[in-house]
Amino acid sequence: MKRQMSGAKMIIQALKDQGVDVVFGYPGGAVLPIYDEIFQQNDIRHILVRHEQAAVHAAEGYARSTGKPGVVLVTSGPGATNAVTGMTDALLDSIPLVILTGQVPTFMIGNDAFQEADTVGITRPCTKHNWLVKDTDKLAEIIHEGFHIATSGRPGPVLIDVPKDVQFADGTYVPPKKVDTSRYQPQIKGDIKAITALVEMMEKAERPILYTGGGVINSGPAASQLLRELADASGIPVTSTLMGLGAYPASGKNWLGMLGMHGLYEANLAMHGCDLMICVGARFDDRITGRVEDFSPHSKKAHIDIDPSSINKVVHTDVPIVGDIGHVLEDLLKIWKSRGRKVNKPAIGKWWKQIEEWRAVNCLAYKQEGKIIKPQYALERLEALTKGMDRYITTEVGQHQMWAAQFLGFDEPNRLMTSGGLGTMGYGHPSSLGVQLAHPDALVINIAGEGSWLMNMQEMGTAVQYRLPAKQFILNNERLGMVRQWQELLHGERYSATWQEALPDFVKLAESFGAKGIRCSDPADLDDAIMEMIKHDGPVIFDCLVEKHENCFPMIPSGSPHNEMLMGDAETQGVIGNTGAVLV
Amino acid sequence: MSALNIKKGSSAHSAYDLKNPNADVHEAHTLTVTVDNEAGVLARVIGLFSGRGYNIESLTVAEINEEYHTSRITIVTTGTPQVIEQIKAQLGRIVPVHSVHDLTVEGPYLERELALFKVAGTGDKRVEALRLADIFRANVVDSTLESFVFEMTGTSEKIDAFADLMRPLGLIETARTGVAAMARGA
Repeated sequence: MKRQMSGAKMIIQALKDQGVDVVFGYPGGAVLPIYDEIFQQNDIRHILVRHEQAAVHAAEGYARSTGKPGVVLVTSGPGATNAVTGMTDALLDSIPLVILTGQVPTFMIGNDAFQEADTVGITRPCTKHNWLVKDTDKLAEIIHEGFHIATSGRPGPVLIDVPKDVQFADGTYVPPKKVDTSRYQPQIKGDIKAITALVEMMEKAERPILYTGGGVINSGPAASQLLRELADASGIPVTSTLMGLGAYPASGKNWLGMLGMHGLYEANLAMHGCDLMICVGARFDDRITGRVEDFSPHSKKAHIDIDPSSINKVVHTDVPIVGDIGHVLEDLLKIWKSRGRKVNKPAIGKWWKQIEEWRAVNCLAYKQEGKIIKPQYALERLEALTKGMDRYITTEVGQHQMWAAQFLGFDEPNRLMTSGGLGTMGYGHPSSLGVQLAHPDALVINIAGEGSWLMNMQEMGTAVQYRLPAKQFILNNERLGMVRQWQELLHGERYSATWQEALPDFVKLAESFGAKGIRCSDPADLDDAIMEMIKHDGPVIFDCLVEKHENCFPMIPSGSPHNEMLMGDAETQGVIGNTGAVLV
Repeated sequence: MSALNIKKGSSAHSAYDLKNPNADVHEAHTLTVTVDNEAGVLARVIGLFSGRGYNIESLTVAEINEEYHTSRITIVTTGTPQVIEQIKAQLGRIVPVHSVHDLTVEGPYLERELALFKVAGTGDKRVEALRLADIFRANVVDSTLESFVFEMTGTSEKIDAFADLMRPLGLIETARTGVAAMARGA
């Protein structure tokens, strides 16, 4: 059945047909017809953010915590340019988003009209694909193809730029089933020969390791289950990137902890010393590899990824497997089982013994003494008091983000929302609102630093307006801690521009928005204060005043290999001198 | 790498893999890319090269199929073997890209470029220019008493060689199309 309708109506119809229930956005001149249609229906909820960047981050939080695409609607010009940071963030972390932008009428494009920007030009390198729709008849088809492209293969953000006259004009609506998506069909099944080659290597490996990443989570819950089955049945240790935390449970027996620049000692040394590295949906990012020439020098490497361009980009791969993680792991398990579930048990036993020695170093050790809260202690208490709850964590970017990855345990996928690739300060707060919206009854906590948090603090208004009880847990050291740490360690303690004078009173700030503020500065009060935060039925800003000069360890300085790690507490330093450096 | 799976014409046709994928040797490769002829597709391809720091030695593009609106882009690029592989993978990721072929690796192929040269002069130089044009099978497509415009097609090397000869004979303007290329045989 052919249906005639206006472009604006068509957008709403297409979103409904795609199963969209919420749109994050901000109105403006070039999207007025679409907002008028939103007003006249009740199926799709519109969440008014306070800044377009936040709309994108909120949609990212929604998408990453549900596995569904996030939808954003913003106006032309500044609306679109403000959203660019969020799009780039979603591109680097492979988050499926559909971003709709208004545009000046087609006949005014190129005239430097009011609020005109070359949106498709600006966003071409920061989207997976984008369109400028010049004909209402093509609008529905493009939106449906947009959802297909955003969610299939390696997910990512797509942008659809809709001029105002295209929104007003009538055209023919095409339902999703009628749209041809054949031009974008990424390879899903892995090459069986290559998978068999990997199984053969697995059977013989003496020091194997699974290096997992966000691709496992993006592949869906089945992939995480298969990863768990593979690791537990084979006894192979598992480490993960920041983006992959939760795919294998932190409470699992094969769990080594996060790897990389601020990863755990045992995870990084195991990566350095392994003889078979099975990379599952990760991309050998520079925060992971350190100095590439010295990266895991004695291992054969297999790489499973749905994106062929990720393979051999940074590190040479011996067994490349292009395909969806879930499908490849399923085939891999099938082949491994059919060949008799063989592993080199005695060697792997020895490997684990070695790993246990590294683990005994206790690389996350810190000292909580006196009247000042250590940030690590705050997170350890938060972890203890929220364990077992239906909990989602978002983070900002910086020291607190790495401490959250080190000290919080994630037992399920889609439970940690963080800006990994782009490292976008200001991500966590709006993201926590998107998560809360998707999971109204869950406990959502944004682990923040005061610097990052201030970058999108205006979203307290959104939280209060929509009664989103996400908790803002700010580890306040009155410093831009991560930069300050680098200045201390690498720039001769010249603390250039890392001290923000005149921070707001976060409790009063919360109150001014109509939310609750809690301040805690004494370790003795911390548990009660955290419980007060959790129990409060509404948004909370928790101002946790912490040690101002704490550094985040372990740390692999950039350009160093995995076995050259800076460690924290002086006590552990001696242990490493004696064992760690000698071991590898 | 399976020994049986080596593509025709590849330099890997040896008892040993002669190419070190990490070698710092820059090679020129000719790629042909079939794309949907839609708005912005060329910008996507060029943006990929500039954004990721790849080289473009030559680039040509034109629609080749009116019915399906597909265009063919021929790119000559240089890079280490690892970079060339990345370029191909990254091109393949662009949504309107249908196929990417590396002619340099896939087998014998033809490469042609068209060039126009304006040579001004009188007397001996003019006669010599015309004589050399004849040797190179360049056509005279425009003539005045003081100038010729030569048209020639050939490999880039042939066109370079002709340009070098014309320079002392009064070459005042050059226009080149860039390389179009195609595999030999069916």
